[in-house]
Amino acid sequence: MEYEPVIGLEVHAQLLTSSKIFCACSTAFGAPPNTNTCPVCLGMPGVLPVLNRKVVEFAVKMALATNCRINTYNRFARKNYFYPDLPKGYQISQYALPLAEDGHLIVETAAGKKRIGITRIHMEEDAGKLIHDEHNPYSYVDLNRTGVPLIEIVSEPDIHSAEEAAAYLRALHEILVYLGICDGNMEEGSFRCDANVSLRPKGQEAFGTRTELKNMNSFRNVQRALEYEIKRQEYILEGGGEIVQETRLWDDSQGVTNPMRGKEEAHDYRYFPDPDLVTVHIDETWIEEIRKTLPELPMARRERLQKEYGLPAYDAGVLTSSRALADYYEEAARLCGAPKIAANWVMGDLLKLLNEEGKTFDACPVGAASLARMIRLIEDGTISGKIAKELLQEMYAAGKEPEEIIAERGLVQITDEGALKAVIEEILAANPAQVAQYRAGKEKVFGFFVGQAMKATGGKANPRLLNDLLKRMLAP
Amino acid sequence: MKITQEEVRHVAHLARLEFPEDQIGKFTIQLNDILMYMEMLNALDTKGVEPMTHATVLYNAFRDDEVKPSLGEGESLANAPDPRGQFFRVPRVIE
Ligand SMILES: [Zn+2]
Repeated sequence: MEYEPVIGLEVHAQLLTSSKIFCACSTAFGAPPNTNTCPVCLGMPGVLPVLNRKVVEFAVKMALATNCRINTYNRFARKNYFYPDLPKGYQISQYALPLAEDGHLIVETAAGKKRIGITRIHMEEDAGKLIHDEHNPYSYVDLNRTGVPLIEIVSEPDIHSAEEAAAYLRALHEILVYLGICDGNMEEGSFRCDANVSLRPKGQEAFGTRTELKNMNSFRNVQRALEYEIKRQEYILEGGGEIVQETRLWDDSQGVTNPMRGKEEAHDYRYFPDPDLVTVHIDETWIEEIRKTLPELPMARRERLQKEYGLPAYDAGVLTSSRALADYYEEAARLCGAPKIAANWVMGDLLKLLNEEGKTFDACPVGAASLARMIRLIEDGTISGKIAKELLQEMYAAGKEPEEIIAERGLVQITDEGALKAVIEEILAANPAQVAQYRAGKEKVFGFFVGQAMKATGGKANPRLLNDLLKRMLAP
Repeated sequence: MKITQEEVRHVAHLARLEFPEDQIGKFTIQLNDILMYMEMLNALDTKGVEPMTHATVLYNAFRDDEVKPSLGEGESLANAPDPRGQFFRVPRVIE
């Protein structure tokens, strides 16, 4: 029988605020254990949480970017369960009346564009971190992360393959980082994903029994874990078995999912409105204020770059892979007036130089205006493209302006016809055999003369002029 | 009956409370009385009335995103029954 996988994803994204969601403790990663804590996030009796306004603003940004309807009134609820990483015995989250509902995202897959529904986005606090003792029956608790703001983004079960799931996650991740509301660091847990997976016979409406997958900390692992889990369930169903509804952990080293052990009975969280926090009221004025601060989103920007600058889809994709890169490119393109050439320089030589040092465009030593001026200098024939490659390296290394280096090193292109003619005459005189070959119809030899002329001029010959002159002077 | 002994045991377990068996029966009767009382409220017509979740009409109590000093080392662990180094130590929760 042919089965169709049904996948729903829950993403937790840490918001880039300086302080926690309900107290003024720092959210900085990597502080000594339990030093970023206070009576509120330690869950001491008698304290009151107060909501960080920026958390609401950031969450609304994401809701708008994913086409959600924002609930004018939304409120916090207590999710009750006992676990040592949760000092209060409940997590403050949202349940009925979350921040936003009914959104969607368009993602690009190999099969084309696909719409994936977003059920809800809500705000909540993160839990602490547990370190388990390998040899003794103890766990160690660090509550620095307790109370760090999260948004949970829940997708509709619209995803039907591991690749689609990965495409959706990449799109979400890209938007969060573009919006500047999440650093997107999967290794430090700023962007985490759980998946619900079930199979159903193709054509059947009703869902099969699902499992929940956890512990996948990279896009690649999400895809691998889903691929494995789909195969595992297929195998069981083919053999006439039944899927057990359970939580399974991805084991990266073995490439398998295993049932989570020591799990208590089915969840019974007894959600109820948190009496310590008042209702959040987000009116149209506030929403519009936040909407104005939204940057152009990656997919829209990709499409605009293709249309406005005539760039191929691939180039537009590379150039919009980060907001800093796209901003840099657009500034350079606008200033030099040659968008395609600017794209080649940015994606080629410059990106390579940055990658070699593991740097990003935020920290590019060559300003967009300097790159634009360098491109103008090629365009107006002052320097050759070949020289420009070296020039850019020097601009990058020394942080100097192109004109400065050109003047220092005498890199100005030879555009004087008389001077270039003299060089060519010498070359022709020194290589009579090749001249004869060319005149006998062996046109390949032309490249040899270009090479000789470039060598003689230190790469400074204007290529177009050189070509013209060579053709004329070699003509029989 | 609005609530069974089984449900009382379940709720007690979720709250990590333990009771002798005879008390479970007693609590079941008491909780049942309370829930029956709620039935009287349920008889009221509340159509068109927003559910009330707070005793106050105040909304949007916010703070700005500013970091203030935390308790810091030592003090944060001062009430811990079993601190180890900079950590709270607890019985291991996974096998
Ligand atoms: Zn705190």
